[in-house]
Amino acid sequence: MKRLILCLWGLLAVPAADAMEVRQFDDPAKQERYETLIKDVRCLVCQNQSLAESDAELAKDLRTEVYNIIQSGKSSEEAVQFLTDRYGDFVLYRPPFKSITLLLWLGPFLLLAGGAVFLWKQARRRAEPSGKEEALSADERRRLQQLKDRFQG
Amino acid sequence: MIAEFGHIALVMALLMALLQGTFPLMGASQGVSIWMSVAKPAGRAQFLFLLASFGALTACFVNNDFSVEYVARNSNSALPLYYRIAAVWGSHEGSMLLWATILGLWTAAVTVFSRSLSEDFLARVLGVMGLVSVGILLFILYTSNPFERLAPAPPDGNDLNPLLQDFGMTVHPPMLYMGYVGLSVAFAFAIAALLGGSLDSAWARWSRPWTLVAWTFLTGGITLGSWWAYYELGWGGWWFWDPVENASFMPWLVATALIHSLAVTEKRGAFKTWTVLLAIFAFSLSLLGTFLVRSGVLTSVHAFASDPTRGLFILILLAIVVGGSLLVYTLKAPGVRDVARYSLVSKENLLLLNNILLVTASASILLGTLYPLILDALKLGKISVGPPYFGAVFAPLMAPIFLLAGIGPMFAWRESSIGRILHRVRYLFPASFAAGVALAALAWNEADFKMMAGLGCAFWLAASALLSLWTRLRLREGWLEGLRAQSPSVYGMTAAHLGAAVFLVGAVLSDRLSQEKLVRMAPGDSVTLSGYSFHFLGTETLQGPNFSAQQATFRVERDGKSLELKPQKRNYKVQRNMMTEAAIDPGLTRDLYVALGEPLDKNAWSVRLYVKPFIRWIWAGGLFMIAGGLLSVSDRRYRLPLREARAVPGQAAAARAS
Amino acid sequence: MRFAIPLAVFVLLVILLGVGLTLDPREVPSPLIGKPAPAFSLPEVAAADRTLSLDRLKGQVFLLNVWASWCVSCRQEHPVLVDFAKRGIVPIYGLNYKDTRDDALAWLKRFGDPYRASAFDEDGKMGIDWGVYGVPETFLVDQHGVIRYKHTGPVTPEDLENKILPLIRELQGAA
Repeated sequence: MKRLILCLWGLLAVPAADAMEVRQFDDPAKQERYETLIKDVRCLVCQNQSLAESDAELAKDLRTEVYNIIQSGKSSEEAVQFLTDRYGDFVLYRPPFKSITLLLWLGPFLLLAGGAVFLWKQARRRAEPSGKEEALSADERRRLQQLKDRFQG
Repeated sequence: MIAEFGHIALVMALLMALLQGTFPLMGASQGVSIWMSVAKPAGRAQFLFLLASFGALTACFVNNDFSVEYVARNSNSALPLYYRIAAVWGSHEGSMLLWATILGLWTAAVTVFSRSLSEDFLARVLGVMGLVSVGILLFILYTSNPFERLAPAPPDGNDLNPLLQDFGMTVHPPMLYMGYVGLSVAFAFAIAALLGGSLDSAWARWSRPWTLVAWTFLTGGITLGSWWAYYELGWGGWWFWDPVENASFMPWLVATALIHSLAVTEKRGAFKTWTVLLAIFAFSLSLLGTFLVRSGVLTSVHAFASDPTRGLFILILLAIVVGGSLLVYTLKAPGVRDVARYSLVSKENLLLLNNILLVTASASILLGTLYPLILDALKLGKISVGPPYFGAVFAPLMAPIFLLAGIGPMFAWRESSIGRILHRVRYLFPASFAAGVALAALAWNEADFKMMAGLGCAFWLAASALLSLWTRLRLREGWLEGLRAQSPSVYGMTAAHLGAAVFLVGAVLSDRLSQEKLVRMAPGDSVTLSGYSFHFLGTETLQGPNFSAQQATFRVERDGKSLELKPQKRNYKVQRNMMTEAAIDPGLTRDLYVALGEPLDKNAWSVRLYVKPFIRWIWAGGLFMIAGGLLSVSDRRYRLPLREARAVPGQAAAARAS
Repeated sequence: MRFAIPLAVFVLLVILLGVGLTLDPREVPSPLIGKPAPAFSLPEVAAADRTLSLDRLKGQVFLLNVWASWCVSCRQEHPVLVDFAKRGIVPIYGLNYKDTRDDALAWLKRFGDPYRASAFDEDGKMGIDWGVYGVPETFLVDQHGVIRYKHTGPVTPEDLENKILPLIRELQGAA
């Protein structure tokens, strides 16, 4: 949310939401692909904005390139290839899945698996009787169960 | 003169913080009562000095004293008074002073609401807070003094960033800082309990209200920030997964986990070492956020303060505060006795699962935020991690939380029967998801899996939260009697869980059903979007106090009803910034949103039109959660002195003896 | 032991952040380094009827400097380039990025012209092909037309002496 401020404070006097050139497509599907794509590409000038949002000159030029590629009937992948050939993976907000991003993509699930193991071990340890619980008489145990039943329905 | 007075007050506050951070801690470890008694007066004096310092800076802004560099950079004589006051925290130096002042406020609050705390515990809590304050104040005085003079003084100031000249942005930082800094109280309680060996149920009960209040502020701050981004940036988006936003979201997730974990520690004396670790994490993530935002290590936050000495200073501060507290944890945690026993299916384990999911979510955001830095540091290349990544990773981690939050309260402590609970929800569960599918298909003719699953999840969460409440009510003779018998915290919990459901509805529906159009419009043109026809009537020129604006008028019609929207394009004179002021017609089921782009030829403009169904529900969810937090805090139990409060059998005494 | 895990992770984090402070997050490394320079063929700034193309430049080590009359920091690096051109170690070519011919010529007249020739890239297409994202930028290209090094931002005399010159010597020695 503060990315525009930062852009404003630090680097360039870039106004908000000015990146608004109107583009004509011969096919609504192309327009949708174009709009989805430029939202997932990072602008290199005002680096806190996507290509869709940035008002920088370069962003406009790159949008034109992407527009031409999509409008000429080529795939989104070809447009992405065009951008990464020139600017590298940096422009992709969705990092490609490869060896150096392996931990990035799998990390959350490894963490979750680690958490699950921790939970399981903890639960097993805690489920063992500690031997310190006061023994309940049969009558007490029955009354306890009644209360529980009532609560849980 | 006022600036110098403010500077001196800041130095005095540092001296008070030093007193507060040293004698009470030494006194507590040596058992010297008179040293411990320094804590309260020093803490209160520190707060008064900070207040004076903050007041002095505010006075400089109100008086347009442009000989103060910070004022000259962030204000202007044409700036309205209200924004001149808000400009105090409009940039790095002043916002750090706000941070410190709020820490002073929390410190003073602890000195007031501490009747039930034992002498040495209070001394340790205030001592830890004093040490944190020492670090922050040194940081301000050495690297970011807002009272620095400028010679010669410029005739007028550089004005406040136009994006900040807005109500939402004036309230958002104080609210957010109340949350961030409020977590320092739970942190100080945790360290004090570790140091004093009093990690028990009483500690958890004392921590709970403080954590809840901080969490409520944090929720409010994030909700406000999201709302502001929505209407002020002109993009119609409400969350961007920007590192700055992530910096606020990570502590929120951990604080949410902490609230739940504290409940277990209070009620059952379990999870002690885990809870104390969460309390340390929550505040550490706040500090880490401060570092990320102000050090320049991440691009997104590059410009807040790109002075490398500041970055290094905060890093050292972070290393001392967090490293020191984790060291205390490493040394003291192994000695904590935890004898609680519970079976596999129990509320304890369910809450632990909740904690693991929330902490994993928070850690994943941290991973995504820092991963580009890791690769760069290892010279493996540069990548960007943005919204597509977070969206892909976050949804699967959050889904189980939404599924379990509602039925969680139905589980019993110690031992619970999963069969009974499943039996209770045997109709509700399929019905919720069927309703989600049916609604998506019938009302919006959508067969999108994400939308159906999201709606189903939301219905299920809301229904099961209400069912849990109903189960409690039925325990009493009549349901009216039941309503009265519940403690406010039960209603608070229900409200917060309902808030999550309301948020989910908003997030899912606005994401899936939003319509947008970018068009060229000349006066007289009409465009139809989602059944609404937007007529562009024309533009006029307006003069604001420090800006001039082009204001367009749109008439929006549907089903014979019509309304007018007046978006603006503002030109701020001093900073020469063009700003888009979107015009929004808010509604319970949809927002209409118009933003002006660029003027084109012949009075025509490029215009962005949006229809955003149910987007208000996102922030309404936030409001529900805030209400939940406030209700829970109002629980009388927290305000009773310890001896009168319901004693927790067994655990507390056992732990204290260890 | 397990209670020390958070501390250990945190120590690693602090080291990472400390290293992070020394890095510039804005700098984007070019994927073109070690790859053949993208072909171009554009009119020269000085004369619209003459064409500057990659083929003409091949066979020598050269610097390609991206500049524009509207670029403020270009002014800062310009004297460095003018001095360096006088030493005659390698030819410097210019890529005049999104400029007007009149402005560009006036600028060269005023501040000096270190370039053998400058390509006139009015619409910025060549700039995009070369991955330009912030003017000024400087590329070092070897005899075979392969891009060896890229410097983003104004070149300082230190950058020239410590990074660019040693690389040039190495490339020229290899020939």
